[in-house]
Amino acid sequence: MKIITVKKIENAVAQLAREANLFLRKDVLTALKKSYRLEKNKRSKLFLKAIIDNAVYARKEKLAICQDTGLPLVFIELGQDVRILGDFKQAVIKGIALGYRKGNFRESIVSDPLLRGKPVYQGAVIHMDIVKGSKIKITVMPKGFGCENKSQLKMFLPTVGIGEIKKFIIEAVKTAGPDACPPYVVGVGIGGTADYASLLAKKALLKRIKLQRGLSPACPPKQQWREGTVSGLERELLLQINKLNIGPMGLGGKTTALAVNIEAYPTHIAGLPVAVNISCHALRSATAVL
Amino acid sequence: MPYAAQQQYCRDCPSDGKIMKILNAPIQEKYIRELKAGDEVTLSGTIYTVRDQAHKRLIQDIGRGKELPFDTKGAVIYYCGPAKAPKGRVIGSCGPTTSSRMDEFTPLLLKKELKAMIGKGRRSKEVIAAIKKYKAVYFLAPAGCGALISKYIKKAETVAYPDLGPEQILKLEVKGFPLIVGIDSQGGSIYDKD
Repeated sequence: MKIITVKKIENAVAQLAREANLFLRKDVLTALKKSYRLEKNKRSKLFLKAIIDNAVYARKEKLAICQDTGLPLVFIELGQDVRILGDFKQAVIKGIALGYRKGNFRESIVSDPLLRGKPVYQGAVIHMDIVKGSKIKITVMPKGFGCENKSQLKMFLPTVGIGEIKKFIIEAVKTAGPDACPPYVVGVGIGGTADYASLLAKKALLKRIKLQRGLSPACPPKQQWREGTVSGLERELLLQINKLNIGPMGLGGKTTALAVNIEAYPTHIAGLPVAVNISCHALRSATAVL
Repeated sequence: MPYAAQQQYCRDCPSDGKIMKILNAPIQEKYIRELKAGDEVTLSGTIYTVRDQAHKRLIQDIGRGKELPFDTKGAVIYYCGPAKAPKGRVIGSCGPTTSSRMDEFTPLLLKKELKAMIGKGRRSKEVIAAIKKYKAVYFLAPAGCGALISKYIKKAETVAYPDLGPEQILKLEVKGFPLIVGIDSQGGSIYDKD
């Protein structure tokens, strides 16, 4: 049994909130740099450079990468042998507020979705998972709402062809178009229930963007994928999405998405839920293990 | 000197060294008429941040015949809710937000002689028609580059609705703000690329 105090959790969450918003994820930055090298559309290429410059400037000047520091999501994997002293959830919320205040980030949360009111720092969506062991893994993910607004869910029939699923995912990217800060990272959740598919789509965004030589970021080489497998689908979707000619800032070009990440899960014989959660190019998250 | 002749070399602009048109806010219609979708410009002068809830209030005020908190004639508004200013800075990160959420409010503001909007993404058919009708312009700012954009903001002060927090109306003094013409006064759009 390991004892962890809520103060330690609060401080860790505050630190992660700050890090996630100031320092662009390394895999995202690498993917952007690679896209910059591969992009042929001149203006889109320059815009990709502006995105990279923005990340560098934000880090140097301790400014939020984007003013939309999101409705923060906190993913917690709680080891079953950990004992927490104090109010755990409250510590997470307090940690978020502390980190956001210290970072001079924007107050973007209204406590009542209908009455709205003055935005505050206090608020987060917390997803908790109980795992083996005596550690706590915490991930803070600020998710801007420009791209969150483009989320989609569809309950397919279990007999549906893979083509229909691909069409739905590509259509979701088309619908987002130039509005939600492309180049995107496309998170897809397949299986589970309606709520769980949505969670999987979000979690898919946490997967590291893989890079392969000579291809767009996150595109696995041909020999590594098979028709009908998840990595095959990721590859195919990325290739097709990057033919949409949406491009960085919607200015055209072949960099519409940096990656397509899919998470799959068992589902019911009567259905096939598919959720799409799009991230803008400022895909932010930070993780710590206590 | 006519504005078209006033051109400058802009190091930080997305065009990376290309000659850009210089505009001053508030903008006169004769200059707006010269702009074409895809043109790269830099904007200096006074602009106002107005986003979702502030739009709702402005429209309500117009409906009630109340005086608006700023003069919309020739005005430029920026769809932006900035981050707080860290010590020693004028403003925090301040990139554009998705413009289409403002679409239902825009035609009425254009009728009130609003001349330009700055944001990101597409606009509705109704907005494009109103931009054409009232000879206005819609600019795109570098989306998701809020930290970089903060360099072009020289002054920020509250004009109205401080109770809205980051959604309050701010008056910004900008200098050399790099923009791209998204929709011009003839209704031409940068997104009509196919």
